[in-house]
Amino acid sequence: MPHTTDTADSPTPHEEVRTTTCYMCACRCGIKVHLKNGEVRFIEGNPDHPLNQGVLCAKGSSGIMKQYSPARLTKPLRRKSGAERGAGEFEEISWDEAFGILEERLARIRSTDPKKFALFTGRDQMQALTGLFARQFGTPNYAAHGGFCSVNMAAGLIYTIGGSFWEFGGPDLDRAKLFVMIGTAEDHHSNPMKIALSKFKRNGGRFISINPVRTGYSAIADEWIPIRPGTDGALLLALIHEIIKQGLYDRDFLVQYSNAAELVNQDPASPEYGMFVRFEVPPEEGCFDPQNKLWWDRDMDRPVSTMTPGVEPRLLGAFTLPDGTPVKTAFELLRERVAAYTPDWAAGITGIPKETIIRLAHEMGVTARDQKIELPIAWTDVWDNEHKTITGNPVAFHAMRGLAAHSNGFHTIRALGILMSILGTIDRPGGFRHKAPFPRPIPPCAKTPVRPEDVQPDMPLNGMPLGWPADPDDLFVDDDGQPVRIDKAFSWEYPLSVHGLMHNVITNAWRGDPYKIDTLLIFMANMSWNSTMNAQQVRKMLNDKDDDGEYRIPFITVVDAFQSEMVAFADLVLPDTTYLERHDVMSMLDRPISEFDGPVDSVRIPVLPPTGQCKPFQEVLIELGTRLALPAFVDKDGKRKYRDYPDFIINFETAPRSGIGFLAGWRGRGGEKSMKGEPNPNQWEMYEKNNCVFHYHLPKSYQYMRNWNQGYLQWAQAHGMTRHAEPINVHIYSEVLQKFRLAAQGRGDGRQPPAHLRKRVETYFDPLPFYYEPLEASLTDKRKYPLSAVTQRPMAMYHSWDSQNAWLRQIHTYNHLYVNPKTAAAHGIVDDDWIWVESQWGKVRCMARLSEAVEPGTVWTWNAIGKAAGAWNLDPSANESKQGFLLNHVISEELPAHAAGEHLSNSDPVTGQAAWYDVRVRIYKAAEDEPHETSPQFAPVPAAPGTSARRPWQNYFAGKFTRGGK
Amino acid sequence: MNPAFSVIVLTTLIGVGQGLFLALFSSQAFTIVKVLPTQPNGYYALGGAIALCFLGGGLVASFFHLGHPERAWRAATRWRTSWLSREVIALPAVMGLVFLYAIVNGFGLEADLYGWNIPGQVALTVGTLGVAATLTLFLCTGMIYGAIKFLQEWATPLTVVNYFLLGSASGFTFAAAYASFMAPNVVKFYAGWAITLTILAFFTRAAALFRNARIKRVATVQTAIGVRHAKVQQRSMGFMGGSYNTREYFHGRTVLFLKSVKWIFLVLVFLVPVALLWTGLPEGRPALLVAAFLAQYVGLLFERWFFFAQASHPQNLYYQFVG
Amino acid sequence: MTQLALVIDLNVCVGCHACVTSCKQWNTSGQAGPLFDDNPYGQDPTGTFFNRVQTFEVGEFPCTETIHFPKSCLHCEDAPCVPVCPTGASYKRAEDGIVLVDYDKCIGCKYCSWACPYGAREFDENQKVMKKCTLCVDRIYDTTIPPERRKPACVLACPTSARLFGDVHDPESEVSIAIREGGGYPLMPEWGTKPANHYLPRRKTKLRIHEDELVRADNPLRKEDIRHETGKDVTLDDWLM
Ligand SMILES: Nc1nc2c(c(=O)[nH]1)N[C@H]1C(S)=C(S)[C@@H](COP(=O)(O)OP(=O)(O)OC[C@H]3O[C@@H](n4cnc5c(=O)[nH]c(N)nc54)[C@H](O)[C@@H]3O)O[C@H]1N2
Ligand SMILES: Nc1nc2c(c(=O)[nH]1)N[C@H]1C(S)=C(S)[C@@H](COP(=O)(O)OP(=O)(O)OC[C@H]3O[C@@H](n4cnc5c(=O)[nH]c(N)nc54)[C@H](O)[C@@H]3O)O[C@H]1N2
Ligand code: SF4
Ligand code: SF4
Ligand code: SF4
Ligand code: SF4
Ligand code: SF4
Ligand SMILES: [Mo]
Repeated sequence: MPHTTDTADSPTPHEEVRTTTCYMCACRCGIKVHLKNGEVRFIEGNPDHPLNQGVLCAKGSSGIMKQYSPARLTKPLRRKSGAERGAGEFEEISWDEAFGILEERLARIRSTDPKKFALFTGRDQMQALTGLFARQFGTPNYAAHGGFCSVNMAAGLIYTIGGSFWEFGGPDLDRAKLFVMIGTAEDHHSNPMKIALSKFKRNGGRFISINPVRTGYSAIADEWIPIRPGTDGALLLALIHEIIKQGLYDRDFLVQYSNAAELVNQDPASPEYGMFVRFEVPPEEGCFDPQNKLWWDRDMDRPVSTMTPGVEPRLLGAFTLPDGTPVKTAFELLRERVAAYTPDWAAGITGIPKETIIRLAHEMGVTARDQKIELPIAWTDVWDNEHKTITGNPVAFHAMRGLAAHSNGFHTIRALGILMSILGTIDRPGGFRHKAPFPRPIPPCAKTPVRPEDVQPDMPLNGMPLGWPADPDDLFVDDDGQPVRIDKAFSWEYPLSVHGLMHNVITNAWRGDPYKIDTLLIFMANMSWNSTMNAQQVRKMLNDKDDDGEYRIPFITVVDAFQSEMVAFADLVLPDTTYLERHDVMSMLDRPISEFDGPVDSVRIPVLPPTGQCKPFQEVLIELGTRLALPAFVDKDGKRKYRDYPDFIINFETAPRSGIGFLAGWRGRGGEKSMKGEPNPNQWEMYEKNNCVFHYHLPKSYQYMRNWNQGYLQWAQAHGMTRHAEPINVHIYSEVLQKFRLAAQGRGDGRQPPAHLRKRVETYFDPLPFYYEPLEASLTDKRKYPLSAVTQRPMAMYHSWDSQNAWLRQIHTYNHLYVNPKTAAAHGIVDDDWIWVESQWGKVRCMARLSEAVEPGTVWTWNAIGKAAGAWNLDPSANESKQGFLLNHVISEELPAHAAGEHLSNSDPVTGQAAWYDVRVRIYKAAEDEPHETSPQFAPVPAAPGTSARRPWQNYFAGKFTRGGK
Repeated sequence: MNPAFSVIVLTTLIGVGQGLFLALFSSQAFTIVKVLPTQPNGYYALGGAIALCFLGGGLVASFFHLGHPERAWRAATRWRTSWLSREVIALPAVMGLVFLYAIVNGFGLEADLYGWNIPGQVALTVGTLGVAATLTLFLCTGMIYGAIKFLQEWATPLTVVNYFLLGSASGFTFAAAYASFMAPNVVKFYAGWAITLTILAFFTRAAALFRNARIKRVATVQTAIGVRHAKVQQRSMGFMGGSYNTREYFHGRTVLFLKSVKWIFLVLVFLVPVALLWTGLPEGRPALLVAAFLAQYVGLLFERWFFFAQASHPQNLYYQFVG
Repeated sequence: MTQLALVIDLNVCVGCHACVTSCKQWNTSGQAGPLFDDNPYGQDPTGTFFNRVQTFEVGEFPCTETIHFPKSCLHCEDAPCVPVCPTGASYKRAEDGIVLVDYDKCIGCKYCSWACPYGAREFDENQKVMKKCTLCVDRIYDTTIPPERRKPACVLACPTSARLFGDVHDPESEVSIAIREGGGYPLMPEWGTKPANHYLPRRKTKLRIHEDELVRADNPLRKEDIRHETGKDVTLDDWLM
């Protein structure tokens, strides 16, 4: 082969190839790392991995530049005494000192008031471990990124269908004929989604994207339906309206598998108003739907118990029970609810023509009805009915933060869940498919503590740090209804905040509302920049002192692998390893990488030794847990139980001899068992030999209809994935929500919300989805701030953490604000103009880019490209801090004071989901004499000790920076 | 294109060198047939040496354009297909012949080569070969640009004609100035031709400008990406900090700047020298003639800058927007 | 005669840039490397990349098409960059049609890049030689790589498999069939360069619903509201015998 180069030392690229799992993002693809002389030469997708099947995204292919980035922290650091937080002045310390500081501090907190220790983690994949640590420590103040990320998506669908998109389920594009993607730019399932989407298109499927912006996935859609942000609820309800009106719903599915035909008490005087009528009440309901509700028998014209064999119930109608109680079917209530939500009405709100909405509804309904799939797979349902086939209605949906990141997202997503259900597409071929451990009961069984007394010194927390409230008694509040958690999760303000509200932690802690804390530990979250709203003020809060000169948040520990903006605000910095340097598990106890056809979990195995003093945070937690003698980490004598993290993973069991641990594969002494079994000392080796992934293939008959699939549910129960093998019926009508509403109406003798929140809870805990304008918009002068501003994920960047990546930052070096040319023209703005984007909270100067691919009422930008000067060890003159900008400066973490009180989070009132995409802005040209750089600017931070020098230029060649590149 | 200084200097210097040689040799040839007065041998030798300096200067400049000048010799290997390779051969050939020409004249080498029994046969022979080489070099240089069909501003015979005429004009102008010191009796000859060539060049260069202002682009953004629609706009070129494709092919100047450069070169290359030559012609005033050359040369630097800057490369269709 | 090439399916390309960085990482450490990066952590970072993904917008809102457009060397059959090269450093391989640069011969005159209408060549400012996509010539014949992975790095990485690789002269190859059946086209055909790489256009799937299809006999609404309660009033039926 003729040479193309003068490189005499041409490498054998395959000197050593090791298998592990990518973590350039949360998708977790399998990779093969080719090493040369122990350094990375090439990273490729692992063809034998179920998730990515050999492909690799732009980030995954840039792992080399992450590994050798000069932004890497390599030493534990302590803020220099006398230096201000935020200035980034540090001194190196040893791990012994670092552990000493933490041990002393945490032991003191634990023995006095454990809730003064708050542990919040960002985009990590080890909530099972961090959550365990928090619980063992005894603090309720724990959560991960879900609250500011997409909890609406999780909660909205899990409270409706027992599973969700995101990491819990997805569209079956192998078999779908029509695919509707709503508000998704990239999502967690990055590579699998792309693989599936191209197959889908090549098979002739029809792909519709509903999004104010047309980029990425939407670009290849057969039809792009631009929509005004925050109005999807209106669209979805109008679609439901039209589908019901035309009779295009799947009646059989609704009757058999949802609560649509169940009778709801309509007697306003009854304490049971709005609840399903029960013919008998079991002493303890547990976390499943007992089959004790009523149908209206169509033939006999009288109530019967649900699922009575041979009975066909009425799906619509109002009836009177023999005892005189007026009742309606849940579906009747839904029909009445959507009666006013006509396509015409929705057109005015969404900006989508009425004809398009009607056509969309027809396309969905007719495709679902007329292109049915019949798979010759026999299965048995939980009611012992044998089915010869599996049916599917091939209309699939996917949605993400375009729906979730609005304060009306929960109801919008409920509406989507209901739309999917009336089309009969739940866990069926061609529709939505669950991924283990989902489906879970509605709501899932895990519960948090419920009283302040559940937090006790030197005691583990009495409950899970995060859980799924089923009624007001599950809230975590004191007798006055005040929150126990620092983020006010599970309080009356955000009752179903199942992922916490990380975005309010700093503000609340700073304000001392509901109380002050002592130590804040942030792991893998850039809380002074990307994951914080109102970044400029929050940075001040982090640095703010009390009158006595003490910091209002006395001690901040940051665990990061890179010198992010957050690092500068730490008192103590712990350098983490990269994904190529550590053991990790993608556990069934957390968010595994399951496929439609069965549970999948996976691991990372180090392919390189840790750089410098870097230590995996997992090891840090095990060490701290051991030093603090937390029960899970020590034996009866208080002695160390686990040598290290790999040892912990092998031997930890959720309960003594439960056989359930972090990893589901190769359990049992010799690795002969899966899902459940004794610890296997060679588990890691077995994962390593098997591409670092364990894939359990369910029998075909267990792969569908899992909410009601007897075989599956019994299998899941036997393997510890679910507590009950009971049917998980779709909640078209949500009793859970109704229970909160009843409490807010002052009915019953259970817990009731404080007076100022009654109206709020009553309004938003509607058992049926409804449309309301996003909260912030309703509290904004929309004539002054006429535009919606949103962000999108760039496919080639992961949040804020890839600007230190020399290759990726060449693709997105800074960001523009994209504006429709008509909107721009109205403001005299042309391409590359410097403009201000201003909300009622603040303003940012940025550059404009005109685009025909954005709805005229929306402006948007790529998320988190802008950087604070000097962070990530970039030169202070780097484009990211000069031309790039962060939209978060114009987004508030709190709503303006209004009837429901002040300091309410800018979040969904049901789930506490951060309403990133609610912000309203105006734009105008910057003055001629203003500097051509973004504003606000921040004083540059110096490179942290232990980071390597920035290379002025570089030639990367198989592990080296060659020829003067240093 | 983004004009490279080395190439501007290269082409303008060798143009002067070539033109000067043509001027020297044509005057000498006329002497031989007794149309012009005879000059001392040293006149041609020194003139040849000066031409050589111009050519050498150009050669040196050309090295600055190369990433690997030490391998420059390799550039002579592809003369069958590459005009650049041909130029690489032609330039040293011209230099060698001009050198010989200077030597022949300097040492007064004589031989009755053809049995004509008149002096100057050797100089005439070497000179004729030199002229052939010079014309070839003009052709090569012109064709380096003219042969790239993608650069429509260049892909015209006018490019070769202009290289020839502008080079010759500047050479004759220089010769006029040179002669005003050394051989006042041929100043008129040179100056007359300089004016003629400059005016001719004006017409051909103006023709090129006229043509280029009306070019119908072969490639459009539609053909570049294969999408037929009246409105196709790039939104992102895929990187933001610039690349070879943005550095080499975009001059980054405003339209106004370009226009100014055009007028500057039109004035400096054509108007000023012709005026100065015209005024200087009757009296042969060296200062005017030197000024004429300097003006014209500086003008040619502008002209050459404009020549490159005006050429719009179809690759630019792919590199319109940072985003 | 073999002509290897890429066929890029714009119908499925989502503009993810996977092909951009996988190309960079394979080639920086391969025979074509290293690939220079200038100012990697400073202002205006720039570097040598063989493959770029661009974005174009077609039409006006709301009838906008967004097109992601990857582009690397097209390995033209009549490659204009080859004959102009004065050194022979730029050449087209007879055996498979790959256009390559021999760095050892290249003098860095950049002339070949002037002769490429597609802007597919990149000058390495460090090694001072011209570089470009090699079609991963150091992968596709490497027998130490499993046969099914002997494909260009960008092709293997591409999550939507928008990049097909093969011999466009073999009428039965995957790429030829894709060109034939998918309406594959070359870029700027007017120049006569005959690019070996081809692009497949967007295709639309539409659904037309006939009015008659909307309401069918089995419409579930028929199961509701049609059974009215038996009337208590006296009707004709009670009277007529
Ligand atoms: N490459 C890359 N991948 C990532 C990430 C990353 O940073 N980079 N982040 C990961 C994380 S943490 C998450 S949470 C996921 C998020 O995955 P996505 O939800 O796909 O990410 P977003 O960028 O928030 O996309 C939101 C989309 O919704 C649109 N949108 C905004 N408002 C509305 C609306 O009201 N209605 C509709 N219909 N659309 C709207 C936006 O235009 C945008 O296209 O991505 C994950 N994957
Ligand atoms: N305006 C706007 N803001 C948003 C969003 C939006 O759409 N628009 N999206 C929101 C969403 S959904 C999310 S999930 C958040 C994400 O926000 P964050 O969770 O803050 O994500 P990053 O900014 O990437 O910060 C993650 C931190 O983890 C560090 N890190 C990377 N790898 C490792 C590692 O291996 N170990 C350790 N210890 N640290 C590591 C990085 O250096 C970085 O400091 O952003 C939110 N912010
Ligand atoms: S999608 Fe990309 S970054 Fe994320 S895990 Fe997969 S390869 Fe890595
Ligand atoms: S695309 Fe350009 S570099 Fe590649 S073969 Fe064609 S002309 Fe040459
Ligand atoms: S830059 Fe190199 S490859 Fe290109 S024409 Fe010059 S010598 Fe040939
Ligand atoms: S074929 Fe190889 S060199 Fe060419 S673009 Fe793809 S990865 Fe890069
Ligand atoms: S990797 Fe594939 S989908 Fe992604 S930009 Fe390249 S060609 Fe398009
Ligand atoms: Mo997220």
